[in-house]
Amino acid sequence: MTPVADARSFMMPADTRSPHPAFPTTRRSVVEAIRDADPDARRGAFDVLVSVYWRPVYAHLRKRWQLQPADAEDLTQEFFARSLTNGFLEEYDPARARFRTYVRACLDRFVANVRRDEHRLKRGGGATLVALDFPQVERELASSGENGRDGDADAWFEREWIRGLFTDAVADLRAACRDTPREIRFTVFERYDLVPGTDADRPSYRELGEEVGLPATQVTNHLAWARRELRRLVLERLQFLTATDAEFRAEAEDLFGEGDR
Amino acid sequence: MSLPDATLTHLRRVLGVPTLPGDRYEVREPIGHGGMGTVYRACDRTLGREVALKVLRADVAGEDAAIRLEREARILARLEHPGIVPVHEVGTLADGRVYYVMKLVRGERLHDFAQGSGRADVLRVLLRVCETVGFAHSHGVVHRDLKPSNIMVGSFGEVLVLDWGIARVRGSIETSGSTGGEPVATPGEDDTATGVILGTPGFMAPEQAQGISGQIDGRTDVYALGAILRAITGPTSQGGPVPRPLEAIWNRALSPDPAGRYGSAAELAADITRFLDAVPVTAYRESLGERAGRIFRKYQTAIILVLTYLAVRLLFLVLRGL
Repeated sequence: MTPVADARSFMMPADTRSPHPAFPTTRRSVVEAIRDADPDARRGAFDVLVSVYWRPVYAHLRKRWQLQPADAEDLTQEFFARSLTNGFLEEYDPARARFRTYVRACLDRFVANVRRDEHRLKRGGGATLVALDFPQVERELASSGENGRDGDADAWFEREWIRGLFTDAVADLRAACRDTPREIRFTVFERYDLVPGTDADRPSYRELGEEVGLPATQVTNHLAWARRELRRLVLERLQFLTATDAEFRAEAEDLFGEGDR
Repeated sequence: MSLPDATLTHLRRVLGVPTLPGDRYEVREPIGHGGMGTVYRACDRTLGREVALKVLRADVAGEDAAIRLEREARILARLEHPGIVPVHEVGTLADGRVYYVMKLVRGERLHDFAQGSGRADVLRVLLRVCETVGFAHSHGVVHRDLKPSNIMVGSFGEVLVLDWGIARVRGSIETSGSTGGEPVATPGEDDTATGVILGTPGFMAPEQAQGISGQIDGRTDVYALGAILRAITGPTSQGGPVPRPLEAIWNRALSPDPAGRYGSAAELAADITRFLDAVPVTAYRESLGERAGRIFRKYQTAIILVLTYLAVRLLFLVLRGL
């Protein structure tokens, strides 16, 4: 397949494409939504699922299963296609594990089955339903020194899952601010919090204020607003991606608690 | 475009740190967390001092938790006592989480303090805890989660009782300030429904562990104080044999029946003081031999001096007679 730059174009007409698939903000989990009788609701939930999970799925295939990039791309596509048609994700039982643990287990089972049936590993044998930016993940694998052979596969899955959550939330925030008076807030946030590198690479509040023509106090106010909004967006998405309040709390604690960051 | 690792790490860190309204407080790193809230070190820019900020944890959802944290702040604010951390401010973050700002306490938890201290020093700390708890009881507040990790021994000898999040308040704490006095206790009112079990196993009185809300009173805390006494002065903490009167004190405090315990934290403190002063404690009837031994230990120096004097005097008389 030909990878494309926009990772959020899965199964959506270009003219209606949003920053990332929409999801309900009420307490309704993705597990409930993918069981919905309404095909549109089911597909909407599936879009969110793909948006957050395609990176960890691909990384897991490269890392844990040591697949070549082309095979990992094919199986990533096929995994999501089959989860939609076969409905194995709908069988998730919240009492047994976190949802992302279940997704990973399904993926491992899926790959094991495919390996037993060798012809499915032929390139092009799987469905090409999803347009995803695999080269970007490959670049990240390379830049972080993780070449698909070292490190802990489970940690990789988790890290990519978190990356998916935050990347989509940042895209949401950017879209919400674009062409509105709040655009300056996102600019401040982007110039400070999204700067690649370490804290030493960030400008001071005063420097950033001079750059965008604002006093330093206004810079900190804009930053506070953007962080608050981003946090809300991440938690909303997290709530949707978890099946129970207990799972949500545990995931939120891992994300924002005093963990091992 | 996905976020690079360094940006992701930075975002997780800054989004985990709460942002307070206004610019008075600069929130720094987390310094501890409990069941309900995370505590951060923060800088009060107006007064140029460090403070502690307790914020409801992001993953603790629900109105109950928010109400409980706010209640804790109100309880702390009203219980003005050297053994209780003063609260400077309470409020709600923009994301809806409750927070309060309090004095930053530096020191060590009681269980750590006990490891490096003698039994007498540990007992003196516990006396201070009893005073604080007794003060709270006199204002209608039962802590319900007393344990060594909730007691802080400061660098300058201050002893603070922390974590009043599940305290039971007899009646409501007045917040308007119109009375200007003590919290008003209204018999029959309670914040916890019967059957709800809150507390820490090992330090919870039976009536608390069984969720019998109606039986919870100051003696419930007396039980926990007895459990703390056993934990920090017992053989596992201090080593060596435990004096029987001390063992009797904690046994009485740990009576399964509230009626068999000390009637108040002050009564418990009084018996601990007697033990420290080497006088008979009410919880233990000593034998004649034990009494003699205790008196000897108490007046050891004087007795040895007198005996030495008598021995020298006797020797002098004997030598004179020869």
